[in-house]
Amino acid sequence: MAILDSKVPKGPIKDKWTTYKDKINLVNPANKRNIDIIVVGTGLAGGSAAATLAELGYNVKAFAYQDSPRRAHSIAAQGGINAAKNYMGDGDSNYRLFYDTVKGGDYRSREANVYRLAEVSGNIIDQCVAQGVPFARDYGGLLDNRSFGGVLVSRTFYAKGQTGQQLLLGAYSAMNRQIARGKITMYNRHEMLDVVKVDGKARGIITRNLITGEIERHSAHAVVIASGGYGNVYFLSTNAMGSNATAAWKIHKKGAFFANPCFTQIHPTCIPRSGDYQSKLTLMSESLRNDGRIWVPARIEDAKAIQQGKLKPTEIAEENRDYYLERRYPAFGNLVPRDVASRAAKERCDAGYGVNATGEAVYLDFAYAFKRYGTEQAKIHGIKNPSEAEIIKLGQAIIEEKYGNLFQMYEKIIAENPYETPMMIYPATHYTMGGVWVDYNLMTTVPGLYCIGEANFSDHGANRLGASALMQGLADGYFVLPYTIGDYLSDDIRTGKIPTDSPEFEAVEKEVKEQLDFFINNKGTKSVDYFHKKLGKIMWDKVGMARNEKHLKEAIAEIKQVREDFWKEVKVPGALNEMNVELEKAGRVADFLELGELFALDALNRKESCGGHFRDESVEQSGPQKGEALRDDINYKYVSAWEYKGKPSEAVLHKEQLEFNDIELKTRSYK
Amino acid sequence: MSGLLSSSIARKFAMALSALFLIFFLLMHVSINLLSIFSEDAFNVASHFMGTNPLIQFLMQPILIIGVVFHFVMGFILELKNRKAVGVHKYVKNNGAANSTWMSRNMIYSGLAILLFIVIHFLDFWIPELKYKYVEVLPEEPTRYYHEMVEKFHNPIKVGVYVVAFVFLALHLLHGFMSAFQSMGLNNKYTKTFERCAKAYSIVIPGLFIFIAIFHYFNQ
Amino acid sequence: MMNLTLKIWRQKDANDKGQMVDYKVTDISEHMSFLEMMDVLNEQLVNSGDQPVAFDHDCREGICGMCSLYINGEAHGPDRGITTCQLHMRMFNDGDTITIEPWRASAFPVIKDLIVDRMSFERIQQAGGFISVNTSGNTQDANAIPISKHAADEAMDAAACIGCGACVATCKNSSAMLFVGAKVSQYALLPQGQVEAADRVKNMVEQMDLEGFGNCTNTGACEIECPKGISLENIARMNREFLSASLKG
Repeated sequence: MAILDSKVPKGPIKDKWTTYKDKINLVNPANKRNIDIIVVGTGLAGGSAAATLAELGYNVKAFAYQDSPRRAHSIAAQGGINAAKNYMGDGDSNYRLFYDTVKGGDYRSREANVYRLAEVSGNIIDQCVAQGVPFARDYGGLLDNRSFGGVLVSRTFYAKGQTGQQLLLGAYSAMNRQIARGKITMYNRHEMLDVVKVDGKARGIITRNLITGEIERHSAHAVVIASGGYGNVYFLSTNAMGSNATAAWKIHKKGAFFANPCFTQIHPTCIPRSGDYQSKLTLMSESLRNDGRIWVPARIEDAKAIQQGKLKPTEIAEENRDYYLERRYPAFGNLVPRDVASRAAKERCDAGYGVNATGEAVYLDFAYAFKRYGTEQAKIHGIKNPSEAEIIKLGQAIIEEKYGNLFQMYEKIIAENPYETPMMIYPATHYTMGGVWVDYNLMTTVPGLYCIGEANFSDHGANRLGASALMQGLADGYFVLPYTIGDYLSDDIRTGKIPTDSPEFEAVEKEVKEQLDFFINNKGTKSVDYFHKKLGKIMWDKVGMARNEKHLKEAIAEIKQVREDFWKEVKVPGALNEMNVELEKAGRVADFLELGELFALDALNRKESCGGHFRDESVEQSGPQKGEALRDDINYKYVSAWEYKGKPSEAVLHKEQLEFNDIELKTRSYK
Repeated sequence: MSGLLSSSIARKFAMALSALFLIFFLLMHVSINLLSIFSEDAFNVASHFMGTNPLIQFLMQPILIIGVVFHFVMGFILELKNRKAVGVHKYVKNNGAANSTWMSRNMIYSGLAILLFIVIHFLDFWIPELKYKYVEVLPEEPTRYYHEMVEKFHNPIKVGVYVVAFVFLALHLLHGFMSAFQSMGLNNKYTKTFERCAKAYSIVIPGLFIFIAIFHYFNQ
Repeated sequence: MMNLTLKIWRQKDANDKGQMVDYKVTDISEHMSFLEMMDVLNEQLVNSGDQPVAFDHDCREGICGMCSLYINGEAHGPDRGITTCQLHMRMFNDGDTITIEPWRASAFPVIKDLIVDRMSFERIQQAGGFISVNTSGNTQDANAIPISKHAADEAMDAAACIGCGACVATCKNSSAMLFVGAKVSQYALLPQGQVEAADRVKNMVEQMDLEGFGNCTNTGACEIECPKGISLENIARMNREFLSASLKG
């Protein structure tokens, strides 16, 4: 098997991408017409890639399991997209965005990729504005920026609280233009079930038409996977119900290495679970932490009373509240990074201080913000000796202006008025930094097989900064892949159409059909969701926010057991040749059951704490950082890339050593 | 310009234009009718003018008829097209009242009621009038109009039908007037004010027609 | 906890005739979302060896536009400003009978049970729902053309459409004017979109008519049922754009 070669070009980091683009091979326009490319997934990465490749002249076939590309889960991103435009004149630069991203990722990402990301970030905004994305503007008509996630500059562009939606609709409109021109053939309600390799190169995929159940063969000269992250391995996450890892996992099983599966982001401000029936978790923008104070009761008896519904949060006196983030991290307080905030909430809840019936929630309290803004407003409006109630009312108006839609959403879900009682929040799985290993060209370890967006192991290292996911998806799709794929395809101009009647296609199709047949014919007793929930519980309890050797080993054994039970006991009603939602889910959960094990294995292997991966064994033992995450740069400054060898437990670890030439490795401190 | 009437929006636009024309006609009609309350002579003069002026008779009258026919025919065409768009499967349970007014959902029925009234009105008034003028070619009699009209309001059943018809007209206008503006693309900061005026018009004009009928019924 | 009777449209595939079928669900928590209640029903059906009810859904946070149920005679159910996935069971009472149907319109044929085919929306977008600019990376700087805050905000409000189809489903004429009007408006309000505005509106309206959507009769039901509160002003704007584009030739 190939030894990992990141193919990072030589030269100073600032010039790498430009010089590289100047030197790579290109395909002339006439030849592009003879080349087919398959794009699986139509979110920000897949959608933008499909549109751009089609514009360049390639014949693109795009696949989405939803009924339209516009429904991909990129649409749910709220906050914004980062770009080093320095429109605010606050000293932003490509280098600063690069630096923030590498540092935010706890030094586990590849420098050259991240720099390139920062370099093209500005172009993304230009592109999107040209496409008609209605970004927020100031009164002068220029683009507005907000600050995000604890960085020192304002570089986040936004479109209300629906930035992901607007960017996706931009990419979707670019796709529509190409669909109308016949350059993209769109396959909605199709799911990729495997990849086909011919002579070692990716040459096609096998799909299932989700309406008719028909199994189809599709060939191409290159295959691009843009199928998103694997957060649903936890069953409950902020991902969409259909978000799955099947495409990524199937290519892993066909030779693409899977990198850093244990790097998963748990987002601190989600609406807590209310019961076992829960199907998904809802994220509320991180921006709420700018004005809310997070606390739990300081006395365990108060916490118990609240859990039993005997006490209200507003009845707890100030001195009996524990503002644990402010207590532990005086410098950053409530604005510590996502991973730190999430772990701190878990620590308090595990100790019994949780504040809802399940004991898994903490308060996010805006009472202080009401007072602070209210006092300010009273002064502005020249109100002398305002009453307490007046102040609060004035303050609430300001908060409503800033977060009105979030407050409303919260009230719809929880049925409590967050203006009157503190919100309850709890962390939830949100984003997966890990994914398919790719080189500088975004090509996996299988020639001709590319992976972009959240599906690859990406540029975010061990932790992603807010508003960077959208940036990476669009950078990959609009500006990186369309160049790098040409270098590979320049060898394919004489290949001609790839036939789909080859033995290779036949063999993979047979495999796919066999698995589907098995599900339909297996006379089990338990639904797919039963197993998915079981897997999710193991993952959350033992491979969740804080991990240790004992739990991880248990998790590996338990997941194996669930998987065995699954293959014996799963029950899928209905038939093959029809729309069959349970059948779709069965295939996805089968893959999650394997991925989960590799995930735990990777977490077990990485004995350091870093970014979203926290090992109880690896904490600072003394000094001001006592009890905080301890990274181990001597032993773990690498990307773990796993090679599939027939079973998740037998995966072979390959290490891509990371080099930091332009950034000095430092401990992240938020004290 | 080509195919202008073949598009859904153009059809709606034409519908709106004919509607506004008819709304304007109503204003004229009610103005003349109103005269009958204040002065028999004035009413006769106005009626005579309308009934004999060649411009009105041979230009405006045909336009009005075309307008009326067009509005009805287009209304039916749109209704048929809309039924086709809805398809054969209807909702088992549909709560239209939750999101729209009765008037807006039943324009076809209020329209049909008005059509029925117009037919009666034609048989009762317009056809005899045509017969008088163009078939029997009776001599012009500038003072006959008032009596002819008052006589029609002697019959309580006729008055009842008349009142019901104008209630339907009010319902039709209550949605139709504003809707015409929307179809023509007018929706801006003045819309709210406009809407109030349109609503007032939709109630006041049919109300006046009804008032006149009842007035004459009780003042025989 | 609630016990409910559900009357649900079941249809095996596009060719099946389809019918309403009654189901019972018990111990439904008022904190559940409507679709979680449907999950409970489906788990029940799967466990008893029956086919679960097929319904479209994905993000379950009101933004993807997949979910599409006609509940008790209203698109996305009785609450306002939300999609079906954001509807909660606390809107219902113990013992209620809830009628659940798919979107109904000729242009939205049923695929299975409560799932409809919304490809007609896709084709309308393909007819002109874009700005013809290449993603070459050579576009001018994003701040080169200032856009008034007012226009940008209005464009954003129009662009908030999630393409769920509730406007069509709720319209007594199955008209798609709100959906098309929103897209036409978004681009018409921005300088970038004005270059091809006339062609865009003509092409999109032509496709809309071809797909067999009905005529707008301005009942305003779409605006009220729209989960994103897309305004009727967008329809007026499209009418204006279309008429002036047609008159120009």
